[in-house]
Amino acid sequence: MIAKNDSPTGSNGEKPLLELRNLRKYFPVKGGVFLRAKAQLKAVDDVSLHIQPGETLGLVGESGCGKSTLGKCVCRLHDATEGQVLFRGQDITRLRGKSLKPFRRDIQMIFQDPAESLNSRHSVGNILEEPLLIHGVKSPAERRQRVAKLLDTVGLSKDSADRFPFEFSGGQRQRIGIARAISLNPELVVCDEPVSALDVSVQSQILNLMMDLQKEFRLSYLFIAHDLAVVKHISDRIAIMYLGKIVELGPAEEIFRNPLHAYTKALISAIPLPEPHTKRERIILKGDVPSPIDPPPGCAFARRSWIHCSEEEMNQPGEFREVQPGHWVEIHPATVENYQQYLA
Amino acid sequence: MPRIPSKRRRTALPQPLLEVRDLVTAFDTDAGQVTAVDGVSFTVEKGKTLGLVGESGCGKSVTALSIIRLLPQPMGNILGGKVLLEGKDLTQISEEEMHKVRGGRIGMIFQEPLTALNPVHRIGKQLSEVFLLHKDISRKEAWDRSIDILRKVGIPSAEVRAAEYPHQLSGGMRQRVVIAMALACKPSLVIADEPTTALDVTIQAQILELMKELQAEMGMSIIMITHDLGVIAETCDDVVVMYAGRVAEKGTVEDIFKRPAHLYTKGLLDSIPRMENERKSRLKTIEGYVPGLLELPVGARFAPRSPHPEAGEYIQSEAFKSERPGLVEIEPGHWVEDHPVVRVDKMPVQS
Repeated sequence: MIAKNDSPTGSNGEKPLLELRNLRKYFPVKGGVFLRAKAQLKAVDDVSLHIQPGETLGLVGESGCGKSTLGKCVCRLHDATEGQVLFRGQDITRLRGKSLKPFRRDIQMIFQDPAESLNSRHSVGNILEEPLLIHGVKSPAERRQRVAKLLDTVGLSKDSADRFPFEFSGGQRQRIGIARAISLNPELVVCDEPVSALDVSVQSQILNLMMDLQKEFRLSYLFIAHDLAVVKHISDRIAIMYLGKIVELGPAEEIFRNPLHAYTKALISAIPLPEPHTKRERIILKGDVPSPIDPPPGCAFARRSWIHCSEEEMNQPGEFREVQPGHWVEIHPATVENYQQYLA
Repeated sequence: MPRIPSKRRRTALPQPLLEVRDLVTAFDTDAGQVTAVDGVSFTVEKGKTLGLVGESGCGKSVTALSIIRLLPQPMGNILGGKVLLEGKDLTQISEEEMHKVRGGRIGMIFQEPLTALNPVHRIGKQLSEVFLLHKDISRKEAWDRSIDILRKVGIPSAEVRAAEYPHQLSGGMRQRVVIAMALACKPSLVIADEPTTALDVTIQAQILELMKELQAEMGMSIIMITHDLGVIAETCDDVVVMYAGRVAEKGTVEDIFKRPAHLYTKGLLDSIPRMENERKSRLKTIEGYVPGLLELPVGARFAPRSPHPEAGEYIQSEAFKSERPGLVEIEPGHWVEDHPVVRVDKMPVQS
């Protein structure tokens, strides 16, 4: 519905809520006697994306591809090495202290493991009141009232406020995590694997809740996950990440109906389907994801791809291009079949 | 070992490889005795894969640990039932005999390969140990065999890798080493507890493929324990669905996925997001949460979450507190917990 954008940074139509421009996050790898930086770990390497108001962008990739680091750069839990994070058009990459505070309110996060992201020594009421207190809701009565309303919104009983996180099951704890994230009426919520630690029957409850909240409050989600079926269900657009780079980006249906990048195809074909005896072609990738420390030169995926190319081509980088309106893909001899047709 | 000519018909099969009969396993905790596995029965046929599926706390891992007698001591104990490996009851044999069974007749693959491997020993040495323990061979021979088996599980430059330590390998490679270890003595049964849960989806595909190939080649049976219904559908011949320590339903993979008979199984299948679903449509859910092990009733344990209109009445009844429903065979080989409020075929048709 909103996926009409003709550039990865969304220059047409409604102004994007979030925009990433050539974002890079490198971590120094220290070693030796004096712990000098001896190499760079390129966790996020030149990523440009945008998210529209009310939109869900799914970010998919395997462990170590940099998707969580990207999410943390958006929340300003990490400082980007290079590039820009723009929120409602304003550059927030280097903001500090007071000038950052309103953005802390508007951008919230939901974590994978609610058991670890909730303070076990505080009651649920305290956990939910804290953000309100920090952001200037002075009256205790009003805070309590808002906590009660929040608990109701996420489907927990009012008396939950007096209990402690360990008294709840995993699914209920994730509801508390969601309540905390929405307590200040944010516009963007970065969700880092919000359902992957939950049981199947609870996972669908949480996904439904997240979709309801999105409708009610017109939230935007950056939904980071490795489960493609879940991501497809909840996302408007999907970005596929491999070794710090976005390799394919497009509307959710388009990515599944017409995947172009070899890695996307392999990911889709690798999902175990809950239907016995379905015959389908499965692409089994060779080897593992290479290390993001000093990654191979040129196209990062070429050495794992089943599409062959020459050694010389391997060392050439791919080119991120729009092949259909809103559908972007890394074009390289080893990543897209019949790649020449897209280079016109 | 005699090969079974037909893999299709269960009725024609002779003695199963493994039979678990009325297994009861309990843990002593500060809060009292907790029955984690409560009267579970199933059989594993030769050369076939049986899936144990259920949510966290349903007792699937404890069932596996009971089979190989690796329950945490002294809290975990088998209180009743039999575990028959080709007719021999593993719950009755001595610890020494059991030692030979583990790693010999039964191999094990655990979820997290890093914790299953010893970080301070070279991979080749850890593998050699399995051979030295179960076979009467020299260290040199054991090392050579280790390299052979590493090659078999698809580890490139096996000679080099054998001399390395676990931390030097990637997650997928480590799981291959664990598989190599489980298969070293050509076991007749491999128990795989969430073997791919910690792995990425492309690596998961590699590992599942490898296990299928090795099974076709070596003919072992597998017990596949997972919460992932996709993995079950792709790898298993037979499936046991567990809920709160009991078997809710069991049958062939076709029975379970095409004609689920327990409302819990149906609820699970309905709640997974499918590729063909309409985007952003509401997902079906199972109401409520998995019950805690300290508050389990005697009656049908899924009843409090059941969508059946009479479930509420049943929970209030005396029967819920005191009468345990058995299993009923609704078609050949397809068993389901026998209580109307949890059976799919006893749900009233909605008008």
